[in-house]
Amino acid sequence: MRSRFDEQLKLLKTQMIQMGALCETAISNATKALTDGDMELAKRAIAADEDIDQKEKDIENICLRLLLQQQPVAGDLRQISSALKMITDMERIGDQAADIAEITMLANIKTTNNTNHITEMAEATIKMVTDSIDAYVRQDLRLARAVIEYDDHVDNLFDMVKLDMIRLINEDADNGEYAIDMMMIAKYFERIGDHATNIAEWVEFSITGRHKGEVENDLLCGG
Amino acid sequence: MDKIIIENLNLFYGDFCALKGINMTIRANEITAFIGPSGCGKTSLLKSINRMNDLIEGCIINGRILLDGESIYRDVDINLLRKRVGMVFQKPNPFPMSVYDNVAFGPRTHGIRSKLKLDDLVEKALRQAAIWDELKDRLKKSALELSGGQQQRLCIARALAVQPEVLLMDEPTSALDPISTLRIEELAVDLKKDYTIIIVTHNMQQAVRIADSAAFFLNGELIEYSGAQELFSIPKDKRTEDYITGRFG
Repeated sequence: MRSRFDEQLKLLKTQMIQMGALCETAISNATKALTDGDMELAKRAIAADEDIDQKEKDIENICLRLLLQQQPVAGDLRQISSALKMITDMERIGDQAADIAEITMLANIKTTNNTNHITEMAEATIKMVTDSIDAYVRQDLRLARAVIEYDDHVDNLFDMVKLDMIRLINEDADNGEYAIDMMMIAKYFERIGDHATNIAEWVEFSITGRHKGEVENDLLCGG
Repeated sequence: MDKIIIENLNLFYGDFCALKGINMTIRANEITAFIGPSGCGKTSLLKSINRMNDLIEGCIINGRILLDGESIYRDVDINLLRKRVGMVFQKPNPFPMSVYDNVAFGPRTHGIRSKLKLDDLVEKALRQAAIWDELKDRLKKSALELSGGQQQRLCIARALAVQPEVLLMDEPTSALDPISTLRIEELAVDLKKDYTIIIVTHNMQQAVRIADSAAFFLNGELIEYSGAQELFSIPKDKRTEDYITGRFG
């Protein structure tokens, strides 16, 4: 009965998966550039930003067309409006992966034994981005909530990186520039974690129709 | 404030049960939309509220409908009930008479003869129906010469002329073009400050645009009844979601 609409929603999901994959690859390339010193991968992470921006525009067009043509309600409306919000966060993730790659290239730096926590942050944020998109595609509330909780882990790692960098500077003041660059990179990873959390929160909204706090308040009020 | 309370209402056309155990409360000065697929019972319920179903042979109703706390199926003057609860139909149905006489018809039926009083009522009703400016110089013209949208607003003016409390609208815009539809919708929103409005509509977007509350009916049952925004964004029942998203119906 609504096969055309269902096909358009399927296309939207496919495009979201593709944009998610572009973001994951960009973070992954930026991370490898940082850990292995492979500047070719850094260039790729920077170049991917344009593809991610283009994908954002494509998805925006699909969403606007769906809103115009199908005038969706209920779960359909939530799915489309959530996608519109999520792509803004995904676009920012692309920017931040490019920023990490740029610092890596310009400062010509790579991780050492002193910066293992940054590597852990990178892995954790890649997992968060992957899981948040998966949660949207599979409409998996449990996975979305797991992503939101996992952000605390990334924040803790960020605090550890801070301590690592303070220690590095205390050991030798010449480490200052390196430590500041690494601190900036860690901040970008921390922000990527925040954007993945935002995505997961929109997934929660698209499934339940309520934002995170509202769900908790409703439960507290017995609603 | 509760205007209409429907309690355990069952409606039969002969052996066929068209409404099953309906319980709902309709608040004053709100627009309540009845939605659901054809044959779900929404128009039957609408017509029960001013006892239009009394005219249908074999129609049996049990349960209660209270208007301001009084049962409309017991000890109520049916003419007075229909004065309090006006109705606008799907297809504009102006009487084959002048614009003025169409609007004055109801007040005359209720015994008003004073020309001055009638003039006043006609102007007020036409103004409330947002059609006075278009028709003030054509009051003596036949209502049948008006466009479809104008005819429907004239019918609303005719319903308002007897100063009802509740306005029942049965798909009032289904025969109208988009501009006329929007004018009727804006009119309904303007009117709700003075009237309680119940509208049957197949147009989901219309219900989203104008209704405060919405009720979804299926096979004679009230499936879900809540604030319109809630029903159209977070329906609780899967059948509601499937219907409003076009998965069936």
